[in-house]
Amino acid sequence: MTQEEIKQALLLRLKSIAPDTEPAQLQPDDNIRLTLGIDSFDYLQFIVALDDQFGIDTPEEDYSKIQTLKELTEYVEAKVKK
Amino acid sequence: MLEYKMPSLGADMESGFLREWRVKAGDKIRKGDIIAEVETQKGIVEIEVFDEGIIGELLVQADEQVPVGRTMATILTEEEAGKAATVPTKAAAPLIEKAVAPPHHIRASPLARRIASEKGIDIATIHGTGPDGAVTREDVEHAIAAQVAPPATMSEKPELSKEAAPARPEEKPVTPAIEVPPAAPKEPPKAPVASAETIRMAVAAAMSKSNREVPHYYLETKTDMQPALTWLTEANKQRPVKERLLPAVLLIKAVAKALSDVPDLNAWWENGLQRKESINVGYVVALRTGGIMVPTIHDADTKSLDEVMLALNDLIPRARALRLRSSELADSTITVTSLGEGGVETVYGVIYPPQVALVGFGGITEQPWTENGMLAVRPVLKITLAADHRASDGSTGSRFLTAIKNYLQQPDKL
Repeated sequence: MTQEEIKQALLLRLKSIAPDTEPAQLQPDDNIRLTLGIDSFDYLQFIVALDDQFGIDTPEEDYSKIQTLKELTEYVEAKVKK
Repeated sequence: MLEYKMPSLGADMESGFLREWRVKAGDKIRKGDIIAEVETQKGIVEIEVFDEGIIGELLVQADEQVPVGRTMATILTEEEAGKAATVPTKAAAPLIEKAVAPPHHIRASPLARRIASEKGIDIATIHGTGPDGAVTREDVEHAIAAQVAPPATMSEKPELSKEAAPARPEEKPVTPAIEVPPAAPKEPPKAPVASAETIRMAVAAAMSKSNREVPHYYLETKTDMQPALTWLTEANKQRPVKERLLPAVLLIKAVAKALSDVPDLNAWWENGLQRKESINVGYVVALRTGGIMVPTIHDADTKSLDEVMLALNDLIPRARALRLRSSELADSTITVTSLGEGGVETVYGVIYPPQVALVGFGGITEQPWTENGMLAVRPVLKITLAADHRASDGSTGSRFLTAIKNYLQQPDKL
């Protein structure tokens, strides 16, 4: 899976969790939660969906490392390759 | 014979539009069954019954505006229903038939109705592919896609309901983005389709009433959240991501337990203080489009932390989609609001009548903390209480806040 494919999958997931936001307008270094107004509840649902879709496990202590779209895409890519 | 009346789903509600009966005359109903869907300013609400019996007559038709308190249906006992069946009344029969299957009633899912209404499409013109020809969300989306261009007469903003109008007399001069020609061929929507605007008006009505009628007093305390956060981190390490708990669960549970210690705040003020037996916590959900919804977590004191989390998982998405049941809008005996995520430290809330208290949680921030003569840096949470001074006094409020604080110090006991 390429980085671009992962990014597109992430954007789709974000849109399904928070349909009233515009994830496509996120810049790579934007803080996802702050920019889209996603609270901890929606964010947890998002992580659940990610783990399901990519077959990965995202421990709680990693949340702080995946705050931007760029960080998250690279994080998922590294986990999928493992 | 019992009369089922249009329930009040909040201090702001004066009437609702019946959208669909889910039952017909002769149907057996049990406590908790959903009998109808009613559209309010806060979306389409599934209306539950709290009695058992057999539906007698349906007295209101689909799309009718029904004031709070008007009888919508009669509920008979088995015995009464047996008698009614053997001696059919001439007057009732056609009325039931008319109410159950009005000639223009179109089967459609509530979501389909809402989307169609928002887009100004007459649901009757859409071909339904669902069960019994019901119009589904997909059908409406196809119909929208099929429309080359929306008619120029379509206004983005639905008309406000009558009860909302007096509160904003200055609204009229504001020119809508699309000019509406004087001879609009389409009928405007009859009901206020729930939107950011109608929800804003519902919040406005309830909060104005509260500020007008409720003499608030405020108390504040702060607590060291280290024990709770450490407990939560360890608990979540043992759990798969789907079962992880959020800090809000601890806060809700601590409030519920503190209420069982200080029951005077688990009450409504309606012609005097009415203590409530069940502890039903209303949890404020902020909508990204503006406004709030406050779904109820029933019996929060007896639910485990996992059960409270499950309740949030169920309620929050439905609150955001404006799809709550009547009991989830009307049963709260206290409100909890947590504004911590925005970086705010202290919340001074406005009580949601007829409740008599609201607990506000700010954000958890690192602060200098002294204990036993020692200075340390700790994650500190400020907890506030807004309470109705008609119903309680500062000493009661103080006992309550202290109880919340104590429970948060012992998370394994929550």
